[in-house]
Amino acid sequence: MREFYACHFRLEIWPLGELIMNKNEYWKENLRLVSILLAIWFAVSFLFGIILVEELNMIRVGGVGLGFWFAQQGSIYTFLVLIFVYTKKMNALDRKHNVHED
Amino acid sequence: MDLTTLTYTFVGATFALYIGIAFWARASTTGEFYVAGKGIHPVANGMATAADWMSAASFISMAGLIAFNGYGASVFLMGWTGGYVLLALLLAPYLRKFGKFTVPEFIGERYYSRTARIVAVVCLILASITYVIGQMKGIGVAFSRFLETDYDTGLYIGMGIVFIYSVMGGMKGITYTQIAQYCVLIFAYTVPAVFISLNITGNPIPQLGILSTMADGNTYMMDKLNLVVSELGFNEYTTQILGSKLNMFAYTLTLMIGTAGLPHVIIRFFTVPKVKDARSTAGWALVFIAILYTTAPAVGSMARLNLMNTIQTGPVGEVTANIEYEKRPSWFKNWEQTGLLKFEDKNGDGRIQYYNDKNEDFAAKAESYGWKGNEMVKVDRDIMVLANPEIAQLPNWVIALVVAGGLAAALSTAAGLLLAIASSISHDLLKGIFKPDITESQELMAGRVAMAGAIAMAGYFGLHPPDFAAGTVAIAFGLAASSIFPALMMGIFNKKVNRTGAIAGMITGISITMLYVFQHKGIMFIPGTSFLGDMPANWFFTISPNAFGCVGALANFAVAIGVSKVTAAPPEHIQHLVEDIRVPSGANAAVEH
Repeated sequence: MREFYACHFRLEIWPLGELIMNKNEYWKENLRLVSILLAIWFAVSFLFGIILVEELNMIRVGGVGLGFWFAQQGSIYTFLVLIFVYTKKMNALDRKHNVHED
Repeated sequence: MDLTTLTYTFVGATFALYIGIAFWARASTTGEFYVAGKGIHPVANGMATAADWMSAASFISMAGLIAFNGYGASVFLMGWTGGYVLLALLLAPYLRKFGKFTVPEFIGERYYSRTARIVAVVCLILASITYVIGQMKGIGVAFSRFLETDYDTGLYIGMGIVFIYSVMGGMKGITYTQIAQYCVLIFAYTVPAVFISLNITGNPIPQLGILSTMADGNTYMMDKLNLVVSELGFNEYTTQILGSKLNMFAYTLTLMIGTAGLPHVIIRFFTVPKVKDARSTAGWALVFIAILYTTAPAVGSMARLNLMNTIQTGPVGEVTANIEYEKRPSWFKNWEQTGLLKFEDKNGDGRIQYYNDKNEDFAAKAESYGWKGNEMVKVDRDIMVLANPEIAQLPNWVIALVVAGGLAAALSTAAGLLLAIASSISHDLLKGIFKPDITESQELMAGRVAMAGAIAMAGYFGLHPPDFAAGTVAIAFGLAASSIFPALMMGIFNKKVNRTGAIAGMITGISITMLYVFQHKGIMFIPGTSFLGDMPANWFFTISPNAFGCVGALANFAVAIGVSKVTAAPPEHIQHLVEDIRVPSGANAAVEH
């Protein structure tokens, strides 16, 4: 319930149109960011680790093929980077559109 | 000190620590029982999530599967880490903004329906119980080795300990205990890996060890392993696949979306102070998980190499190159006791021949050596991690440490899951639907009774597990993937999905997955009741039952969206609710109901 009242309160003090615009823009930018990150997520695991594994295995890193390395190591490191990039970008986006907490 | 005394000391000391913490932080209110009050720092929460997440399947079972499936086991590595990306990007911040106790609570409100909530509870319980069965297998293996008994006795004792342990605490006790458990388990996992990597390759970092050359000579470690296994007729380590490429694709996808649909992980994100923290908690959890997951390929491959070299000590075909049974090392004897390792002297020469007798070309060659079939008739994959330090002849304290770590992993996850089961029965079903006027203490009691019931049931199935620990757990992921994840994701990203659509979708998804698993693995996993044997020939497009969850999930999405198109749109206030969840501002303080 608290959220409901908080929302109404805000609507009264801010011009309605601006807020809705803000939210729509914010959501669109969010979706764009998520799509890019998920494309990379798909590439390093499914594409490099499974679909193109034989082709990539032609390239050797140390004693193993690159495809094998992506499947057992590289994809995991990339996942880590993806989440922290997302966190950083989203926090910035929250501020830009004035929808951050506090 | 001898190994047995050391093991007892390590296990005893770590248990005293966990119980001490659980007692110090024990839950007194329902709020504390389910979620650890307000304000747990993202790093601490990430560590606890990692302990919760890395179960017997990760600690005990996964490296064993990697050892024997090589490249094929990559599905577990990618699947169980990639899911965190989905969780962080698609679910965690929004569920935190929504701010409730349980997953069914979200589904019930978003789809404005008690039926939806009940369906979610049922799906959640099915997935969680299957998951606990997998844990029980791991617990049975660890306890049987630790107490030097057979597997069944180990399982019974393990059940008792899990019961005492999880019924006492609640989420609050569990969070702090899990941080301690994480430290124990990660230390126990990496220390032997460092030693073994140093022994074999001269590189102390296991992640680099697998890319390095052997300590004695210029061959790369992986090339050497490929050579050793293919000389005995096994598939080449770095290229063997799991079923087919499509199966590997489906398997990975199922584990990923299952990760993002499992209640005991999602529940963690309700406990962080802010939406911002929900995002970074997922990242920190993955940091702590990745330490183990990037080490696992080294543990698996090096364990395999050591195992092969212990049994086949010289050139294949030379009589004296096979180890004499009477001279077998002590780890071999210890594991024979548990019944998880079995030898049968088929050709009566008193020596052990371990090779792939299903490989026809090699079997013919083996006959010319006087070999009469593979004599290692049972090598349970789940013993590899625990046996690994012994095979590598590491000092006794390392072996004792690994046993303590394995128990920590199995216990922490079992406790987290049992809590999710307890909360869904007592909070969602009893308080939320059937008896809203129940008191707090009655609710807590109901939760504890539900836990006991779940342990007994999982223990029963644990006596005849449908697969290795990791395989059983994979089935649980399939169930979560096909039911919970699509409902949550559409609840946030698609305003138009309505009550009827969501319910139809969840039921379709979980039914398809369950039917497929049951028809190949037996109804309720009871052996002999499968009407289409567990044979690759009967699999739908070569997809194994463990990997089928993603097909169920696709069906769930399709049915939910299709049905929503032809039925009435969700009411206005629900569409506003969805819009509100999408922005962080205005989030309540962490749950304080």
